[in-house]
Amino acid sequence: MPTRERALLLGFAALIAVVLPALNALPAGSPLRIADFTLNLFGKFLAYAILALGIDLIWGYTGVLSLGHGVFFGLGAYAMGMHLMLEIGTKSVYGNVLPDFMVWNRVAELPLFWKPFYSVAFTLVAVLVVPAVVAFVFGYLTFRSRIRGVYFSIITQALALCAWLMFNRNTMNLGGTNGLSGFKTIFGFTLNDARTQRGLYVATALTLCLAYLLCRWITRSPVGKVLVAIRDSENRVLFSGYSPAAFKVFVFVVSAVLAGVAGALYVPQVGIITPAKIGVLPSIEMIIWVAVGGRGTLLGPIVGAFGVNWLQSILTTSYPDLWLLVLGGMFVGVVLFFPDGVVGTILKLIARFASAPQPGARAADVAAADQPTKTSEPVGIKAR
Amino acid sequence: MTPTVGTSPGSTIIYLENVTVEFDGFKALRDLNFFMDYRELRVVIGPNGAGKTTLLDVISGKVQPTAGRVIFGKSTDLVGRRENEIAALGIGRKFQTPSIFANLTVRENLELSRFRPSKGVFATFQSELGAPEQREIAETLETIGLADKAEQRAGGLSHGEKQWLEIGMVIVQQSELLLVDEPVAGMTDEETERTAALLRAVAQDRSVLVIEHDMEFVRSIARTVTVLHEGSVLCEGPVDQVQKDERVMEVYLGRSREAAHA
Repeated sequence: MPTRERALLLGFAALIAVVLPALNALPAGSPLRIADFTLNLFGKFLAYAILALGIDLIWGYTGVLSLGHGVFFGLGAYAMGMHLMLEIGTKSVYGNVLPDFMVWNRVAELPLFWKPFYSVAFTLVAVLVVPAVVAFVFGYLTFRSRIRGVYFSIITQALALCAWLMFNRNTMNLGGTNGLSGFKTIFGFTLNDARTQRGLYVATALTLCLAYLLCRWITRSPVGKVLVAIRDSENRVLFSGYSPAAFKVFVFVVSAVLAGVAGALYVPQVGIITPAKIGVLPSIEMIIWVAVGGRGTLLGPIVGAFGVNWLQSILTTSYPDLWLLVLGGMFVGVVLFFPDGVVGTILKLIARFASAPQPGARAADVAAADQPTKTSEPVGIKAR
Repeated sequence: MTPTVGTSPGSTIIYLENVTVEFDGFKALRDLNFFMDYRELRVVIGPNGAGKTTLLDVISGKVQPTAGRVIFGKSTDLVGRRENEIAALGIGRKFQTPSIFANLTVRENLELSRFRPSKGVFATFQSELGAPEQREIAETLETIGLADKAEQRAGGLSHGEKQWLEIGMVIVQQSELLLVDEPVAGMTDEETERTAALLRAVAQDRSVLVIEHDMEFVRSIARTVTVLHEGSVLCEGPVDQVQKDERVMEVYLGRSREAAHA
């Protein structure tokens, strides 16, 4: 890793994982103190950023637009939520070992598929494996049948709708429309404690750093080149002896796992998960974060997820009616005027500025700068 | 899956036996028999709709024949295999319109296309190139005349350069048989000449099957020409002989006469 990039990354990691929580730990009344509420909000945004990284991997790099990532987010979130529900035990409203909604729905005994979620280890594995398996089966069937472009997007949207309908049903024993909520503790720590929430925040920030490193490793490896090659010319990849379907299944699974992890980190910090977070609309919103931040760069989705959601939380408190207009306007603006998103556009401007001849520069530098460089070309892709 | 077939000249590298391809009742190829030898440079010509591109589609696995057999080397039946399997067996294909990876550099285009024992996802993670491979890529960059543009983004190349890059990508695939579809369409005269020289050089140690319309170009590279007409072989032989063949003249000139009257 080049030293400058390493310094930047380490600085950023230290800021989100050390400095911010340290400022939150200051005694109440300190001028620099970050409120519990704000840190909790940031924790949620960082969880979204993990998910956005995964979407960027499949959309920004591979050119495959999935409109169903809310489902994978939901699978991770529900897996964690089920464990938290069981941790409540008899401290629930009804005082029954069963989750409240089951008592309400006259369920006599804990359904079989709930039982393993008593185990922390099982839950953590399920957070990774359940989204991975669903993505693998779904991806294998669609990519192997060579379903591409807009057809793939439509099918993933149908997946999101199906999942939303299923999770809404009371007979699924997942809490129906109200979802899972009322959590008291996580792995024995009280959720309603600022220290626990700070710990969850740090865990999320560190996971984001790991997710970033994972995506960086993948995109810079020969596999990452194949992913970009699939975006540029899938046919050429096929006739070069690679199976594009295998690479797409791989990246779809990685991206689904990141979404699942994001969901699992989201649930204890927000305290509730409902089907409203996993349907068609949230899945599209996730796409907007990545588009606004900048596809095809790893910083873009993080900036997009954090920025768009922060803006949302500011605007919805002051001008609640305005938010949807702003969100839609941002998407239209990005599609029409800044196809590279915020980060992509800034990188392009820097590249242009850097390649412009500087006054007083040596002749050789000017000559080199005059040649077309790869950075001056657009890196973004048009929506397919 | 390296090609295990023998490479003695004179033996057959590709053999199509009674191949028929039917699309909704239309026979793009009808009962076609076609074979090529090792180290042969063959040009296939024929009027539009004669089945030239379908012939390449059948060999490369893009289209499955309705009937017949396609044998590669001694005994490898290609029917039923996927395109990437056939590519791994040693059949490379260059498309009519340049298809390269625009957002990778010229060098990365070649590195990615280069022959690898396995092109599975997990094998690809560990496929860093060693010194001999780098040398091979440098040689190919020289052959296709893009050595000084190796680090440039391939999307910024000219039309002709993209065509050469794609030919280079098929070369580094270490294919025994190269299928090349109308390589000089849209090229300037100078580019056409360079392409002819490139294909002649490439054909020295592998078999090349070229589809082309440009008769001057055909004369400049071809040893043997096959004329396709309505999905079957009309005639086959040296260029001069084929051009004098009455049936060929009728197929080509007859059409142009009709067109003149229309």
